[in-house]
Amino acid sequence: MSAWEVVVGIETHAQLATRSKMFSGASTAFGAPPNRNACAVDIALPGVLPVPNRAAIEHAIRFGLAVKGSINRRSIFARKNYFYPDLPKGYQISQYEAPIVQGGEIRFYLNDAERVIRLTRAHLEEDAGKSLHEDLHGMTGIDLNRAGTPLLEIVSEPELRGAREAVAYARALHALVTWIGVCDGNMQEGSFRCDANVSVRRPGEALGTRCEIKNLNSFRFMEHAIEFEARRQIELLEDGGKVEQETRLYDAERGETRAMRTKEDAHDYRYFPDPDLLPLAVEEALVRKLGDELPELPAARRERFVREYRLPAYDAGVLTASRAAADFFEALAQASGVDAKLCANWQIGELNAALNRDALEMQDARIAPGSLAVLLKRIADGSLSNKMAKEVFDAMWAGEGDADDIIEARGLRQISDSGEIEKIVGEVLAANAKQVQDYRAGKEKAFNSLVGQVMKATRGKANPAQVHEVLKKKLA
Amino acid sequence: MINATLTELSGALAAKQVSSVELTRSYLERIRRLNGRLNAFITVDEDYSLARAELADAARARGEGGALTGIPLAHKDIFCTRALRTTCGSRMLAQYTSPYDAHVVEQLDRAGAVVLGKCNMDEFAMGSSNESSHFGPARNPWALERVPGGSSGGCAAAVAARMAPAATGTDTGGSIRQPAAMSGVCGLKPTYGAVSRYGLVAFASSLDQAGPMAKSAADLALMMNEMAGFDPRDSTSVERAKEDYQRSLNLELRGLRIGIPKEYFGEGIEPGVRAAVEEALRWFAFQGAKTVSIDLPNARLGVPVYYVLAPAEASSNLSRFDGVRYGHRAAEYSDLADMYARTRAEGFGAEVKQRILVGTYVLSHGYYDAYYLQAQKLRRLIAADFAAAFERCDLILGPTSPSTAFEIGANTDDPVKMYLNDVFTIPAPLAGLPALSVPCGFDAAGLPVGLQLTARHFCEAALLGAAHRYQQGTDWHLRVPTETPL
Repeated sequence: MSAWEVVVGIETHAQLATRSKMFSGASTAFGAPPNRNACAVDIALPGVLPVPNRAAIEHAIRFGLAVKGSINRRSIFARKNYFYPDLPKGYQISQYEAPIVQGGEIRFYLNDAERVIRLTRAHLEEDAGKSLHEDLHGMTGIDLNRAGTPLLEIVSEPELRGAREAVAYARALHALVTWIGVCDGNMQEGSFRCDANVSVRRPGEALGTRCEIKNLNSFRFMEHAIEFEARRQIELLEDGGKVEQETRLYDAERGETRAMRTKEDAHDYRYFPDPDLLPLAVEEALVRKLGDELPELPAARRERFVREYRLPAYDAGVLTASRAAADFFEALAQASGVDAKLCANWQIGELNAALNRDALEMQDARIAPGSLAVLLKRIADGSLSNKMAKEVFDAMWAGEGDADDIIEARGLRQISDSGEIEKIVGEVLAANAKQVQDYRAGKEKAFNSLVGQVMKATRGKANPAQVHEVLKKKLA
Repeated sequence: MINATLTELSGALAAKQVSSVELTRSYLERIRRLNGRLNAFITVDEDYSLARAELADAARARGEGGALTGIPLAHKDIFCTRALRTTCGSRMLAQYTSPYDAHVVEQLDRAGAVVLGKCNMDEFAMGSSNESSHFGPARNPWALERVPGGSSGGCAAAVAARMAPAATGTDTGGSIRQPAAMSGVCGLKPTYGAVSRYGLVAFASSLDQAGPMAKSAADLALMMNEMAGFDPRDSTSVERAKEDYQRSLNLELRGLRIGIPKEYFGEGIEPGVRAAVEEALRWFAFQGAKTVSIDLPNARLGVPVYYVLAPAEASSNLSRFDGVRYGHRAAEYSDLADMYARTRAEGFGAEVKQRILVGTYVLSHGYYDAYYLQAQKLRRLIAADFAAAFERCDLILGPTSPSTAFEIGANTDDPVKMYLNDVFTIPAPLAGLPALSVPCGFDAAGLPVGLQLTARHFCEAALLGAAHRYQQGTDWHLRVPTETPL
C-alpha cells in the first residue's frame, strides 16, 4: 500500500499593530481590567456606527504588497451573523466576497529546499470579545476588551504537506508580519493565531475530507496537533471508516484533537455587505507610497546575505529569521570588520544559544552588536582562542563588562608571541626527554602529550596553532 | 403663541416678547392636557425641559444663542438621549437610557433647543400607522379613531396638535413623509448621508435618514440648518460644505420643470387625494412652472424591493438586542439559547418579529441570490429611473400616500395592504433622494392630504423653496386639527 500524503492549509489571524480598534477609537492595549477598553461601539449600544481604522487598512496593504498579492482597489466589508454573548452586535464585520488582498505567496526553506506556498486571500475583520468562566460561580463573564481588535485573516492554499512544512510556513509568515511591523507576533497574547485544515489522501488522489483544528497557539502545538490529526484520519480510513468534515479543538494537555462541531451544526452566517460602511476604496497613490516604504523583505535580504557576505544559504536563512536578527548580523559584520562567516557562526551559535537558554528575543539580547564585534576582533587577531572567547562571551552575557575589560581582568590574553612560545617549548622539551624520545621513535601520541604540557605551562593561553608549529619544527 | 411657526417663535424670543421658560411651560401644559387622548409622547420630563429652558433664557440674556435657542422641540423616541430614556417604541428598550446623545440631539442641544420629550413611534420604526408601538397607538388629531401615520406618528400628532412646534423624525420607507401627510404637517426626508445617523437606533441602515417635521417648509429649513452636516462618526455621512437650507426659500417657480410620473396618479389612489394633489399641481402651473410627463417604470417594484432589503438589514441590526448587555432580559431561562429565545420573544412585538423572520430568510444560504441580490439590482434600476427623470425635470410631484388616515385596526390583519401605503414614499429612500411632504388639502371626510415633492441628491434647498412658495400662496399648512382646537 502506498504512503499517505498529509495536506494542510493554514488560516492565520494576525492582530494588526494599531493603537485603536478596527471600527472604534478604543485602545487595543493587552491586559487591561475587563471591559476597560470597550467603548460604546465595542459594546454595540443602540445607535452606534463603525468607522474603519486607516492604520489597519494600511497594514493590510503592506502585507499584501510584501507577499506580492494583489490589492483590491475596492473591497467590501460584510456582516457575518451569529449569536454569541461575546459578539456584541450579533454579527462580526469581516470581508467576504471582496477581500482587500487577493493571492500572494510565502517563501521559506525546508531541508535546504525553497518552498513557495500560495495564499488564497487576506482580509480585514474585527475580533470578538472573550467569555470568562473561572471564578464566576457558574455564571459566564463577558470581557469586551478584545472585541473590535483589528485582525488580518491570512488564508493559505492547501499546498502544505505534513506538519513540519505547515510549521515552517507558519514560522515564515510570523517572521514576515513582524518583519514588516504589521503584527507584534506575540503568540501568548493571541496576536498571531493559526487554525489548520488537515486532510489525508493517497498521492495523486483528489483532496480528502478536511477537519479544521482550532486553538493552535504555539508552533509546537501546531506540529503535534497536525501530526495527531493526520494519524487519526489515517487510522480511521485504514479501518474502513470515513472522515467527517468537522471543527476540532486541540487539547494541549492531552496532546489530542477532539470534535467541537460537525458540518451539520455549521452556522448559516447570512453574509451581506455591511450597509453602515461604504465599499473600501484604496487609492493607487497610497499603494505606491506604502510599497516604497516597505523595508527589504526576508527573501531579498537572505539572497543578499549569500551574495554580499558569501554566507552559506543555511546561515543566511537563520540570520534572516527575523528582522532583528538580520539587523544584528549586519551591525556585527560592519562593526567588527572580520570575516562574515565568523560573525555568522557566533551569532547562530553562541548568541542564539544564549537567547534560547534565557528565553529572550533578539531585540532583548544582553550583548550589543558593537560589543560582540570587539570580541570577534580579538579572535581574528589571534588574541583569543575560540575556547577563551567563549569564556569571555559568557562573562559579557552575565554583564561583567566589555570584551577587553574581561580579557584584562581574567588575564585571558592568548600568547601568540613566537619568541615566548619557543622559549616555553624549549623548556618543556628539556623537561620531558622521555616523550621526545617516544615521539622520535614513532609514537604519535607523545606529540599530543607535549602539546598538553605546553598548554599547561601557559595555563591554556598559548596559541595552539603556534604551539603545534613550533613543536614540529623543534622535533624535526 | 403655541400656534406660531419656529420663525415666529424665534423672533418673539429674540424680541423678549416671551421667554423660553414661558414657551416651554405652555407646550408642556398642552402635552399634559392632550397626551392622554393622543398618546403622542412616550416620555416627558418637565423639570428637565424647564431647566433647559432656563439655560436658554440665560444664554439669550447674555446676548448669545442662535435661531433655535430656547425653542421647544420633540424627538422621535429613536434618537438616543442621555436625559430621557430611549425606548424605540419597544418593550425591549422600555427601560433603556443611553449613556450618550445622538448626533442630531447634540446638534440641537448645542443650538439651544429645549427638549419637550420623546415621541411615540412604531416599534423600531417598523410600521406605517404607529400601531406597532409597545406603548399603544398614537392618535390622529384630526380624527381620534384614526392613525396619525407612521412610523414617526407621535411626532406628527404632536406637531399637528400643537404639543410641539417641531420635531425630529426618521424616514426609512416614508416614516417622516407619510405621517406628515396623514396628520396635516410638513416633513422632510433629506438626501441619504446629509444628516448623521450616529445615535439613531438602526432599522435599515442603507435607508434610514433623520429629518425634521414642522408646520411649514420654512421651519423645516430652519431645523435642517442645525440637523444636517458631516459627522465623522457616521461613515455614510457625506463630507461637504455646510449649507443654508433657507437660501432658496424664494425659489423662482416660473420655468421650474415639475415632473409628473403617471405611475403616481394611477389606480389605487383615493379620489380625495387625487383631487387635492391635482389642485396643487394646477397652482404650480399657474405660477409659471412647466409640467413634464415622466416615467418611473420600476417605481412599482419599490414596495417588494423595500420589503426584502429593509427586513434583511433589520434582522441583522436587531441582533444586538439579545439580553446580554442592556435592555429586556427574560426572567427565567434554562440555558443560553433559551435566554436568547425568551428574551427576544418577550421583548419584540409581532411586526418586528415578522420582519426579522423575513430578513433572516432572504439572507439565508440558497435564498440570498433570489431575494437580497435581486432586490439590490432592482434598487439600482429604480435609482436609474430617477436619474433619467431628473434629466428632464427639476422636481417630481405626486401624492405622499395613496390614502388619507385610516381607522386604527383597519389594516392590521393585512400586511400587504398596510405596506402598499408606502408605495409613493419608498422609491425616494431606495434612490437616496430628498423628498418632502406638505399639506395640500382635505378629502371629503375632512382628513388632510399630503403633497410629495422629490428632488435630486442634495437639492433640499430647492425642495424647501418650492414648498415655501406654495405655502405662501395657500393656507393648508395653517389649519388646526378639529379634535385639538387651540
